[in-house]
Amino acid sequence: MVKETKVTREIMAGDQPQKRGGANWRDLPAGAVIAGGANSAAFETGDWRTLKPVHLPERCIHCLLCWVFCPDMAVIVEDGRVVGFDYKHCKGCGICAKECPSKVNAIDMVPEGAEDADRSTVSEYRGKEKSR
Amino acid sequence: MGNSALNEAVKSVALTGNEAVANAMRQVHPDVVAAYPITPQTEIVQIFSTFVADGLVQTEFVPVESEHSAMSATVGASAAGARAMTATSANGLALMWEVLYIAAGLRLPIVMPVVNRALSAPINIHCDHSDTMGARDSGWIQLYSENAQEAYDNVIQAVRIAEHPEVNLPVMVMMDGFIISHGMENVYPLADEEVRKFVGERKPHYTLLDADNPITVGPLDLQDFYFEHRRQQAEAMFNADKVVKEVADEFAKLSGRQYDFFEAYQLDDAEMAIVVIGSTAGTAKYVVNELRAKGVKAGLLKIRMFRPFPAARLREALTNVPAVAVMDRADSLAACGGPLFGDLRAALYSAGKRPLMNNYIYGLGGRDVTLDHIRTVYQDLEEMLRTGEVKREINYLGVRE
Repeated sequence: MVKETKVTREIMAGDQPQKRGGANWRDLPAGAVIAGGANSAAFETGDWRTLKPVHLPERCIHCLLCWVFCPDMAVIVEDGRVVGFDYKHCKGCGICAKECPSKVNAIDMVPEGAEDADRSTVSEYRGKEKSR
Repeated sequence: MGNSALNEAVKSVALTGNEAVANAMRQVHPDVVAAYPITPQTEIVQIFSTFVADGLVQTEFVPVESEHSAMSATVGASAAGARAMTATSANGLALMWEVLYIAAGLRLPIVMPVVNRALSAPINIHCDHSDTMGARDSGWIQLYSENAQEAYDNVIQAVRIAEHPEVNLPVMVMMDGFIISHGMENVYPLADEEVRKFVGERKPHYTLLDADNPITVGPLDLQDFYFEHRRQQAEAMFNADKVVKEVADEFAKLSGRQYDFFEAYQLDDAEMAIVVIGSTAGTAKYVVNELRAKGVKAGLLKIRMFRPFPAARLREALTNVPAVAVMDRADSLAACGGPLFGDLRAALYSAGKRPLMNNYIYGLGGRDVTLDHIRTVYQDLEEMLRTGEVKREINYLGVRE
C-alpha cells in the first residue's frame, strides 16, 4: 500500500507545497505514485489557457452541449442551466464554443488577460473566429 | 532438456545459456511472463512457454505481438503487484525503448534477461553489446555475464536486487548472443526449492489491484515534481550498489559461488590489465595465464555490474595498474571511445595515480575475438609501458584495414 505522506495530503487538498519550497525528493512517494485515486481535480490546469471561454447568458438556450463535450468537466451547471466555467481547470481548448449551436453562439473565446469590458478585443476576435 | 535433471541439483548439467536462463526463470516461477521471440533470445521464450504448457509453472504467459507490448504488459503486471519477467535481444530491446524508461520511472522490479546482439543496419544477428549499452541510462540495473553459469546465477540474484525495498528498480541480465546463449557448458544449478526460498515472495510497495486502497500510477509530473522523482531514481541506483553486494554474499552461502561488482583476475601486482565485459573475459584470462607463465605481470578486470557504475571501486582497483586497455564490444561512434572506456576513464580522472589507457572497439556483429587478438592488446600495453606513451587512444581490433 502506498503510504500517504504529508506532501501527498497537501497536494490532494489543492495546496501546492512545491511552490513554497516544500516537498523535497525524500518526501515524495517513489515512482510518482499517489495514494488515492480520482485526484485530477487537485491538479489545476487553468493556467495552461491562452483563450478563455466567456458565457453569454442572454444568448444561452441551456442545451448543455458544451457540458457534454467539455473534456475537463469545466462547464458549471446548476439546476440544468449553464452558469459559467471552472477556470481553475478549463484549458481553453474551445470545444464548448465550437459545439455551441451556430444560431446560439453563447460562448465567446477571449484572449486570456483581455478584460471582459474590453469588447473591442472580443468582437475583433469573434469576427475572426466566424470567418474561419 | 527436461526438468528432472535440474531437480537433483548440485550435479552439473550440460546447458546452453538460453536453457540455463529459461530454467532460472522456471525456478524463480514469476507470476507473469510477457515475451516476444527474437534471435538469439528465442529459445528462452520457447523453452519457458514449454514449461508453462507442461504445467511445470503456473505463470501467466502472454504471447504478445511485439517487444513494445511485451514490456508494456510486463509493466502492467508488475504495477499490479505481480512478479513479472520478459526477455529480449537487440532490435527487440530497441522497440521496448520508451517502456524501459517507464518501467524504471514507475520503480517496477522487473527482471529481463537480454541476449546481446548487434543492432541493424546492416542486419546482423550475432553478438555485440550495442543493444544494452544504448540502454545504459534507462534507469535499469545492468548485470553482465561471462558464461551460462553466471547468466543463471545473475537471473536469480537479479530478482532479489530488483525487489529490495530500497531499490525497486528493473534489472537486465546480459549474456553474449550465440557465444553463450547457444554454446553448451557445464552448469551447476540450484535445486528448485533452494531458488524459491532464496527469491521468496514479492512484497510490492504498491499494487493496482488493491481496490480498498486506490492509487494513481503514472500521473502527469511536470516542472514542479519530475526532477525530484528523477533524483529518487538516482538514489535507488546508489542504494542498489549496497544491495547487489548483500545479495551476492547471501547467494554465495547458498551456491558457493561468490559474485562482486567486477572480477579482478591476477590484478593485485599487475603492470598491465585488460578491462572487459562478457564472454571475451574467458579468452582473455587464457592469455593472462600464458603471460604469467612467462613472468609477465598481466592482469584482467571483468565488469559484472555496469549500472550502477562502480566508479569508486574501479578507481581503487585500477589506480595502481600502470597500463590499462579497455575493451568495448560497442562503439559510441566518434565519442570519447566506447561506452566502457568513457565511463572508466572518467572514473579514473580523480585518482591520484592515473594509468595510461587506451580503448579497443572489438567483436562488432559477432566478429570472432581470438587469442591472437588479445595477445596483440597485451603487446600494445607492453609498448605503452616501455615508452610511457599511448600511441593510439581508440583502436579497432580485428577489423580489416
